[in-house]
Amino acid sequence: MSQHKKAPPSTPFKLIGFGFLSITLYTTLFVYEKQILNLSSKGKWFFIIPILIAFCFSFVHGNFTSQFWDKLGMRAKS
Amino acid sequence: MESINFIDLSLTNCFYLFIVGFVGGLVSGFIGSGGAFVLTPAMMSLGVPGIVAVASNMCHKFPKALVGSLKRAKYGQVDLKMGLVMGVSAEAGVLTGAHYQELIKQTYGDAGSNLYVSVAFVIILALVGGYVMRDTIKTYRSGVNEEEKPGRLALWVQSIHIPGTMVYFSSIKTRLSILFTIPLGFATGFLAATIAVGGFIGVPAQIYVLGLNSLMASATELVIAFVMGLGGTIKFAWSGYVDIRLAMIILGGSLFGIQLGAIGTTYVKPYVIKLVMGVIMLTVLASRALVIPVYLSQLELISPIADNTIKILKNSSFSIMILALILGATIILHALLKGRREHQNLQIINLKIAA
Repeated sequence: MSQHKKAPPSTPFKLIGFGFLSITLYTTLFVYEKQILNLSSKGKWFFIIPILIAFCFSFVHGNFTSQFWDKLGMRAKS
Repeated sequence: MESINFIDLSLTNCFYLFIVGFVGGLVSGFIGSGGAFVLTPAMMSLGVPGIVAVASNMCHKFPKALVGSLKRAKYGQVDLKMGLVMGVSAEAGVLTGAHYQELIKQTYGDAGSNLYVSVAFVIILALVGGYVMRDTIKTYRSGVNEEEKPGRLALWVQSIHIPGTMVYFSSIKTRLSILFTIPLGFATGFLAATIAVGGFIGVPAQIYVLGLNSLMASATELVIAFVMGLGGTIKFAWSGYVDIRLAMIILGGSLFGIQLGAIGTTYVKPYVIKLVMGVIMLTVLASRALVIPVYLSQLELISPIADNTIKILKNSSFSIMILALILGATIILHALLKGRREHQNLQIINLKIAA
């Protein structure tokens, strides 16, 4: 199996940036809970709303969690 | 459209779902699936209607699988083509499985549907889980910890040449007839629609029938889960069943877990993936077997069981399911930390030698 390339050490700015964005997304989700829930559960072509929200969260929060473990020293074997 | 009751979320509920999501994500990142069998009942235990729990579970599954497969692709563990080919056929399996579920529910009611799911769980997990566990013990005893080689069945499958159906797959470095991959993908999807965890058949099928190693199979399963999860979410969101808050809270925890699980795969010996899968499958089997008498009694196939006993059996079953996830997570964390320590020690020794 091919070995992965060692990632260059990243600055904490990415962690802070994605962390801030992630908190913003979750805060927005709960502050506008009713409106977002209404919109995402309307059905039919509104199916796109939960899909877009899920993609958006996976990008932002996925990057944040990746940086989080990286900064804690939990990196893949190189 | 019928009105859907979305529950009010307390901080405790959010925390509970976040933690279950984390453990589920850890297991998924490592073995490619798992977690879903606990998440749906976990949501239902908070009062979430069954269909909303299934829909929200699906909606957290595809972004989680996307992040996990991208992470594991970085480690060279993903066969994208295999994942997509099996994922599309799995989608067909999901739709067929869901149709059968509805038919059974219409004919035999909730108890009949639950009995069907539990019996399917017990038979499949006993056969596949038992085989995976046996193979793991055999590998452990043999002391061979290197990359696995395809078994006899996989070598036979790889040797069959059916013109017009052959596709090259990088994970096995050979051409394989898609007439083998399509039914396996379909079975994965069918099982996902029945017991919520397609990976319990998808990963062992890729290992024992197609000849992928455990690392490749578990990583490629994440691609299949992404395709299935996205298709399932569209289907449920079209009817408005997704509770996006629940899905995103679980996703919040599971993305922490899936990153760690994926990192873990780079430190462990290949048989550990099979060990985690076997342990989870056999523990879940015990959990589902425990509730079979409840459904048999509800269908009046055996003498009635007292309400108190039913409650005890259902609670015990749910507790054993959570235990299955905790057991899997404990083995993963233990193997990850041990592998990491050994790797660091080796690096120190190498540095000393170099100095």
